[in-house]
Amino acid sequence: MSTLHTEEMTLNMGPQHPSTHGVLRFVIRADGEVMREAIPDVGYLHRSIEKIAEKVGYHGFMPYTDRVDYVCAMFTNQGWGMACEKLAKIEVPRRGEYCRVIAAEFNRIASHLLAVGTMGMDIGAFTPFVHALREREMINDLIEELCGARLTFNYMRIGGVAWDLPPGWREKALAYLDHFDPILDEFNSLISFNKIFVERLANIGVIPAEEAINYNLVGPNLRGSGVKWDIRKDLPYSVYPDFDFDVPIGQGQWGVVGDSMDRYMVRILEMKESVKILCQALTRIPSGPVLAKVVRNFKPPAGECQIRVESARGDMGWYVVSDGTGYPWRVHVRTGSFAAMGLIQKLSRGLMIADLVALIASLDVIAPEIDR
Amino acid sequence: MQQLIEYVIASGMLGKNPPYQIVAAVVVLLASAFVVLVVALPFAGIVTWVERRVWARIQSRIGPNRVGPQGFLQWLADGIKLICKEDIVPTDADPHLFKLAPYLVMLAWILPWAVMPFSSALILADLNVGILYMTAVTAVTVVGILMAGWSSNDKWSLIGGIRSAAQIISYEIPAGLSIFPVVMMTGTLSMERIIKAQGWTPQHWFLFANPFCFIAAGILFVSALAEGNRTPFDLPEAESELVAGFATEYSGMRYSLFFMAEWGNLFIIGAIIATLFLGGWQAPRVSADPVVMNILQLIVFNAKVLFLVFLSMWIRGTLPRIRIDQLVTVCWKYLVPIAFANLIGTAVWVALWPEGNSVMGYLMVALGAALVVLFMRRVIYYLRRARMELYFRPNI
Repeated sequence: MSTLHTEEMTLNMGPQHPSTHGVLRFVIRADGEVMREAIPDVGYLHRSIEKIAEKVGYHGFMPYTDRVDYVCAMFTNQGWGMACEKLAKIEVPRRGEYCRVIAAEFNRIASHLLAVGTMGMDIGAFTPFVHALREREMINDLIEELCGARLTFNYMRIGGVAWDLPPGWREKALAYLDHFDPILDEFNSLISFNKIFVERLANIGVIPAEEAINYNLVGPNLRGSGVKWDIRKDLPYSVYPDFDFDVPIGQGQWGVVGDSMDRYMVRILEMKESVKILCQALTRIPSGPVLAKVVRNFKPPAGECQIRVESARGDMGWYVVSDGTGYPWRVHVRTGSFAAMGLIQKLSRGLMIADLVALIASLDVIAPEIDR
Repeated sequence: MQQLIEYVIASGMLGKNPPYQIVAAVVVLLASAFVVLVVALPFAGIVTWVERRVWARIQSRIGPNRVGPQGFLQWLADGIKLICKEDIVPTDADPHLFKLAPYLVMLAWILPWAVMPFSSALILADLNVGILYMTAVTAVTVVGILMAGWSSNDKWSLIGGIRSAAQIISYEIPAGLSIFPVVMMTGTLSMERIIKAQGWTPQHWFLFANPFCFIAAGILFVSALAEGNRTPFDLPEAESELVAGFATEYSGMRYSLFFMAEWGNLFIIGAIIATLFLGGWQAPRVSADPVVMNILQLIVFNAKVLFLVFLSMWIRGTLPRIRIDQLVTVCWKYLVPIAFANLIGTAVWVALWPEGNSVMGYLMVALGAALVVLFMRRVIYYLRRARMELYFRPNI
């Protein structure tokens, strides 16, 4: 009996595929359902954001930073603000720093909710996605009251934040946090410990700690591999040293340390930690101004600086070179999603097509953050 | 049906002494058309509306509520929209197979209505191989889906079609094996006679006749979900993996035919399980009038079927999708051996108690009630913990 003649199939997944989270393309070489390799093809959402910075000036670039990562725009705002402050040696008022942390941590919860929700949707459960978005909407309502926008916030300024907390906002935010904890438990009982869900994610796309460091993974993806590295704790910035919180890492309860389920659980646990930080920040927030005096014609002295922010997708680096004029000479953003994309080709070997979808979702890549 | 034909001949509507075969053919054709157009098609449409509303409530959304009262006519509006849309056949597709595929899927859904036992009199044809016919014709779906997937000349469609073939053929086996216990106990394949062997009270249903039947009902429900491409087995059209699976290249009415068949299949699934295990149309004898009894039976049957339809919607709103290798593993490693064990167990049971064991019936009903009570307690526990006020007031 002769052997069955089979052929390798080349599949084009994206840029308009429903589960590639934006415009992202993969070229998949597959043998039936099993993939030989999935090669990511990035660049469909490149908008030259770094080049734009050289033309619009320091203040004018703030709204553009929202577009670097529109799911957690507070962190990109904060990163740009901090970089400029470091260049010009501006001291941000304490209340301003607290406002930044509060807005950013709310944004982190919103971003993680979207991540775990879309993860459920990619696994085929639509209900958790809608439940997660329902909670995210409430956070968006709070942020909208704070800065008037729901997606691209443009809340922060060089030297602080644009607006103080509106009257009564603090109580509303605290009330929301009281409600959020049981909701998260409900979410867990709906999807996180679902047998099918765990079976789909455990032992899939395992990234060992060493490999995660070698490939420069950051944020929840790195912590999912069991590496305890969080910029907020290890290279503290802003007022994070004031707060008491833990850094959850992947434990591998369901499979191997560093599998997709660990990355998922790290996000769930990080939301709880964010709630802790928010409760502390909202109760301790000092009074005072929120914005330092910054001249409109902002010209930092010549020099360069780099800052790091722990965004929802991990360590986000901002590198700014100033030549003393009103326009930065060079701006570079280092984002977590781009590093994660590099690993996909290696991880995808031998996985099934359905697993690739779970893997992309577990790395929580956002297309604009990859390309900028 | 027999009486109807004789009544038509006797009334002289078709002239004096018309040939029996022709009258029979006309009556059967008209009755079939009536069932398909008045019962089956609107049912599939209404189920889409029910599903969207139920699904929306599960997800704390509202769902369609604009067209008609509570959005009831949404399915009609969608149907009209889909008929008016352009029917695209891709250039490189095989046009004949591409056009034929949706009709095969529809056919597989319409044919079972012939043996649908709505009540003791409302059945188009009480075939003596009724349940066998039902499983046979529903399996035609796989031909249509495979045809659609392959003829589209699209790799995503092809994967969807092949997945569907693997899935439906695998799950035919546990489904067939879990129908056998009932057939063994009644000694007949006819839908009406299977129902007549049961009573209207739960302890006379085959679901509670013995432990093996209880397990068989579970296996049949799971396999039926898999055969009907329902979550958690909706791999052939997994929208997050395969775009729209085998239906990716379809548009307009042809696309909707697939989904009409999918939603309509829910009724077929429910009807098979209700007939075999839940006593079908068996209703308490409240009146001697056959018309009253038939209407009551119709209501009882539909209530049971709709409950099962609701159950599958609930499952769809709760569970994620399983992977293809897990799907096949579940079938061949677990369901098929259990179904075989069930078969042998039932055979022994029937040999021991040919007339059934009424004590076991009561015990099983008590067990079922205990399960329902435990489940409801859990539901109440979660409802108490959930902060309902938060779902409807975003700004607290």
